[in-house]
Amino acid sequence: MTFLPYALAAWIFIVGLYGVVTSRHFVHLVICLGIAQSSTYVLLLAIGYRTGKKAPIFTSGVPARVGAVDPVVQALTLTDIVVGVTVAALLLALAIDIWKRAGTVDPDQIRKDRR
Amino acid sequence: MSTTLVPLVVVLPLLAAAGLAAVAQLAPARFDDLVAIAVSAAVTVLCVLLVFRAANRTIEYWFGGWKPRNGIAIGISFSVDPLSAAVAALVAVLATAALIVSWDYFDGGVPQYFCALILAFEGAMVGFALSSDLFNMFVFFELMSVAAFALTAYRIEQPSALQGAINFAVVNSIGAFMLLTGIALLYGRTGALNLAQIGQVLARGKADGLVVVAFALVTVGFLSKAGAVPFHFWLSDAYAVAPTPVCIVFAGVMSDLGLHGVARVYWEGFSGVLGGHAEAIRGVLIGLGLLAALLGSVMAFVQSSLKRMLAFVVISHIGVFLAAVGLLTARSYAAATLYVVADGLVKGAIFCGVAGLARATGHTDELRGYGSGRNLPRTAVVVGIGALGLAALPPFGTFLAQSLLAKSAEAVGYGWLPAVLAGATALSAAAVLRASARLFLGLGPRRDPLLEAAPPGEEAEVKPTPRAGVLLWGPGLALLAAGLGLAFIPGLASSAIEHATRFVDRPVLARETLHSVSPAQLRAQRFHVTGESYTYGTATVLAALGFAWLGLYRRRLPAAVRRATARRVDPAIERLKLLHDGVVGDYVTWLVFGTAGVGALFALVLR
Repeated sequence: MTFLPYALAAWIFIVGLYGVVTSRHFVHLVICLGIAQSSTYVLLLAIGYRTGKKAPIFTSGVPARVGAVDPVVQALTLTDIVVGVTVAALLLALAIDIWKRAGTVDPDQIRKDRR
Repeated sequence: MSTTLVPLVVVLPLLAAAGLAAVAQLAPARFDDLVAIAVSAAVTVLCVLLVFRAANRTIEYWFGGWKPRNGIAIGISFSVDPLSAAVAALVAVLATAALIVSWDYFDGGVPQYFCALILAFEGAMVGFALSSDLFNMFVFFELMSVAAFALTAYRIEQPSALQGAINFAVVNSIGAFMLLTGIALLYGRTGALNLAQIGQVLARGKADGLVVVAFALVTVGFLSKAGAVPFHFWLSDAYAVAPTPVCIVFAGVMSDLGLHGVARVYWEGFSGVLGGHAEAIRGVLIGLGLLAALLGSVMAFVQSSLKRMLAFVVISHIGVFLAAVGLLTARSYAAATLYVVADGLVKGAIFCGVAGLARATGHTDELRGYGSGRNLPRTAVVVGIGALGLAALPPFGTFLAQSLLAKSAEAVGYGWLPAVLAGATALSAAAVLRASARLFLGLGPRRDPLLEAAPPGEEAEVKPTPRAGVLLWGPGLALLAAGLGLAFIPGLASSAIEHATRFVDRPVLARETLHSVSPAQLRAQRFHVTGESYTYGTATVLAALGFAWLGLYRRRLPAAVRRATARRVDPAIERLKLLHDGVVGDYVTWLVFGTAGVGALFALVLR
């Protein structure tokens, strides 16, 4: 049991959020959102990890006495990645359209145009 | 028989959405509208059936037959109790209304993929309402969010629509990460994702740091969807730019589902381990609710764009519901659910009216559209009576819910709470009353420096056409009749309390879910609206009318009074308006501080 993965997850989350808050470019913002999301992958995998256990691929035969790490969190991570990709694709499509219509991808600039 | 119905309410709309998207290029005009309306109406019927089928015992549906063994649930389940099924039915009704309204709403017919997106949105929301597996809730949460982002950005030629959708997507995604982090921590602690099993394992332990952090993260995740203050900033931007038919569903039920999530996770998951701290949690949740109720109603009162105004009305009412859920009793949970359903129908009806107004006159800003709705009597009736419904007009649906809420607040020593909440609902309803007086009757002055005009590009959603077909005002009238008429179903409040009492009895419910123990008998409960409640309701409506009069005719007040209030109030309102600046970075900052604040509060009170 080490705290390193948990600290890492918290760090990635904070760094990603910092990027989102200070972003001046929508594409940069979407990437930062992805970084913040990857903290959940690290956290999930860390929760399911057991030192010395094998990957949970049971067709090739994991010896019973060795055992495998928790496959549930890996399934959750996979689902999470799919969700993240969907949101990122949608947001990037919106960013392209904003560039086409407003001529800028800076959130602050768009606010100034709005006022 | 009843168990086979359960998956259909999610599978039908999702399959139909996929099918419609696949044949979108080939199908004749109006084909997808017809199919979508039929599917959505069928889902409505099924959900209403489920409300009755679940009356005797909670229906547990285990996907693929993976039932729990020895109290350990590996499978994924829907658990359908009458209250959750009622929320699912609300989703389906509002989606059906949105599809009918959109038939006549758009310039040049319903746009491609619109129906498919609405159906996917509907399926995801119904799934979220019925799910009792935490990760499944997360997946449906994300699915409905993605559909909602795409629907918000539907008028892609408008930069403000794109910006609204981006703000919505970013804030909600970060909320979802918090939710997932909370779920991961819970899974790490309990090894379970099924809420009943999580509840059982947690109840055996004590409320340590991890439990508190997980509870705070899950709550914040759901509250960011609900639009509770300070996680609400995206909401007004998104509702203002989404096509009006979509707003029927957004305002009517999407936000409320976040609170459904909070209630479900608290009662099924945390009520065992945190039960000893119920008093403290109650304080925090009610505080958050009050903040949203008051801020939302003040901001609603200073908007001139009807859609933005209604977005703040939604925030204000979310605050009321959050306070109701936060009272943490069976009666208050019943009150919250009744209120969500009745109020959701009324808000949906008002947005149908807004759609009719936009179609006929081209805009929905109360100053720009001054008097433009004079020859739209039916639309005026829908919006005007709807606004009175928002103010809990006795003896109708929202009033019944308000009375139940007042009684349940008194029972736990929060007798002052209903008065404050009634003030907030009166102020937000007054905003809508004032706007409809200007738009439909041409009352009051044409200018008002207090009101915030919509940013350019938010209006002019469709080109004005003189037709105002039955498809625009008809659904509005039907929703309004349903929302107000709920109060006349005999024994509705009493049976809501009975089912809520069973829902909050976590240990018994968990044994029923995990060990297939037969359910406890419902204990008969009674609720009668008393004369005191009528006084309350009448006072709320009168206050709403009074605020609306003030909004229109402040100038008639003595000059000294006006100047004195202006000096106090105007700077504060200016500051509030400036906070809602549309920059996503600022919104995320608020989300982060809000999360830290809620987390710190929970940590303090739950020691």
